[in-house]
Amino acid sequence: MSLVRLCLLMLLVLASAAILAVSLGETPLSLAQYAQALTHPASPPAEVLWTIRAPRVAVAALVGAALGLAGATMQGLLRNPLADPGVLGVSAVSGLGAALAISAGLAVVPGAIELSALIGALVAGGPVVVLAARFREPEALILFGVALSAFGGALTALVFNLSPSPVTTAEILAWLMGSVENRDAMDALRALVPMAIGAALCVRAGNGLRMLTLGEEAARMSGLPMARLRVYAVAGAALLTGAAVAAAGVIGFVGLAAPHLVRALVKDDPKRILWPSALAGALLLVLADLAARLVPTEQELKLGVVTALFGAPAFALLAWRASRSWRS
Amino acid sequence: MSALWTLTTLAARHGRKTVLEDASLSVAAGEVVGVVGPNGAGKTSLLRAGLGLLPLESGEARLSDQPLASLKPDERARLVGYLPQDRRVAWNLPARLVAALGATDLADEAADTLALDCLARVGAAELADRGVLDMSGGERARVLLARLLATRAPLLVADEPVAGLDPDAQLLTLDLLRAEAAKGAAVVVTLHDLGLAARSCDRIVVVSHGRIVAEGPPREALSRFILGHVFRLDGELVETEAGPVLAAKRV
Repeated sequence: MSLVRLCLLMLLVLASAAILAVSLGETPLSLAQYAQALTHPASPPAEVLWTIRAPRVAVAALVGAALGLAGATMQGLLRNPLADPGVLGVSAVSGLGAALAISAGLAVVPGAIELSALIGALVAGGPVVVLAARFREPEALILFGVALSAFGGALTALVFNLSPSPVTTAEILAWLMGSVENRDAMDALRALVPMAIGAALCVRAGNGLRMLTLGEEAARMSGLPMARLRVYAVAGAALLTGAAVAAAGVIGFVGLAAPHLVRALVKDDPKRILWPSALAGALLLVLADLAARLVPTEQELKLGVVTALFGAPAFALLAWRASRSWRS
Repeated sequence: MSALWTLTTLAARHGRKTVLEDASLSVAAGEVVGVVGPNGAGKTSLLRAGLGLLPLESGEARLSDQPLASLKPDERARLVGYLPQDRRVAWNLPARLVAALGATDLADEAADTLALDCLARVGAAELADRGVLDMSGGERARVLLARLLATRAPLLVADEPVAGLDPDAQLLTLDLLRAEAAKGAAVVVTLHDLGLAARSCDRIVVVSHGRIVAEGPPREALSRFILGHVFRLDGELVETEAGPVLAAKRV
């Protein structure tokens, strides 16, 4: 299947899932109400569909796409099927940024948590980009990412530790679990800008990711400007991850799993896998958010919880089946 | 004949250890040069330093008479193709895509056509659509050799291209590289099999403890003295109908 055809097909599936996700929710609507929503923009059913559900679905799709694309980029760069968007430590520091904003009482200022999370991502992304340009071996980058993740996690724990009230603690915890509840069109637009830049960078790195299949030395001698392409890949993935965390908190697993869902369809090619991974990530998160809304629980399930709960076993199954092709 | 690769008194270090000292070498179009030496002697370091993959302490490397340091990545790739010793492939790409990675200067379609042609030349046409991780080591080595040919560079540098291959595949690999030399390329290979080196190379460079200690036609470079002092072998090259063979025992 050609890449264009695959992407069109996946877009179609994603669009169907999005329509389903906008149609279904906690508030059941009758057929007449659906008709009203489509014909009368000011009616209450239209409010439910277009002001509450649609932006939420859009944010879920954007965040999923960003995580899927960032995951595919990191797997290609590090030549490792277990890499995910958080592997460089960007999401941990981004989460820390959000936690700091909440504990400083900025939750009431619209966009403050998001901005603080994005700043956290940029603060972490800076040194990561510098290191990626300096150290070519994936192991060095992974180890640095582990250290940065641990440091970000420790500082977040410190914020909890010193938190003035249990309410703040609960607020931070809820945010860190990841959710796209109560998002509006502005949230979607705010996320779109850094995500578009990040996506453009990752896609430009595509040829370099493909060349890295043959290892670092072959890539360096290949004629491609590898130093620049590595920086594109890391900066792009960091921006995508930061924007995703800023928009929806820390959502695990999607960035790891999305590339695996489509890997066989693009014959393992680290360049061609980029867009399909984004679409697969969007689809996963739209469906996960729908599940979070539809499962009848007293408190709405958090998106990060759902992705991990459903995703982890599915991923284990996928890994089991794919393990044969991972031998080096 | 013009020199395609000129190394002048190269010295390089890996960490604190000196891995290359005072290494000078000139390789011309049409010749196959074999680099031999015991494990850890500095064969790979010589190639890497000469290609700009290892920072130089001193000396200069030139490709087609241009200083290596002044070349941009794409200019360098036009002048030299490199097959690293590390043949690990990270993803299960089809062979034709791997071979096409040699031609970064071509558009996808042209690169694919060239890749199929190069796969056919290494006798791997039927492997074109197979994933490289589903292949045997010998098949994968052929695909990577096809990628090297796809670079169409005037200088081809291959680090241990026959390691782990069966005898037939070893001879095929060197025949293919010889054919490239006959068409005007300069070929540099590191080898461990001294008999194979003597049979396939026009010139042998012997590396020991980071220095080039002998250089010349196979029978001269692999003299009794060198075999004894560098390789700790007691013996010599013996001419046979199939070419020179190493007859030696450990010192």
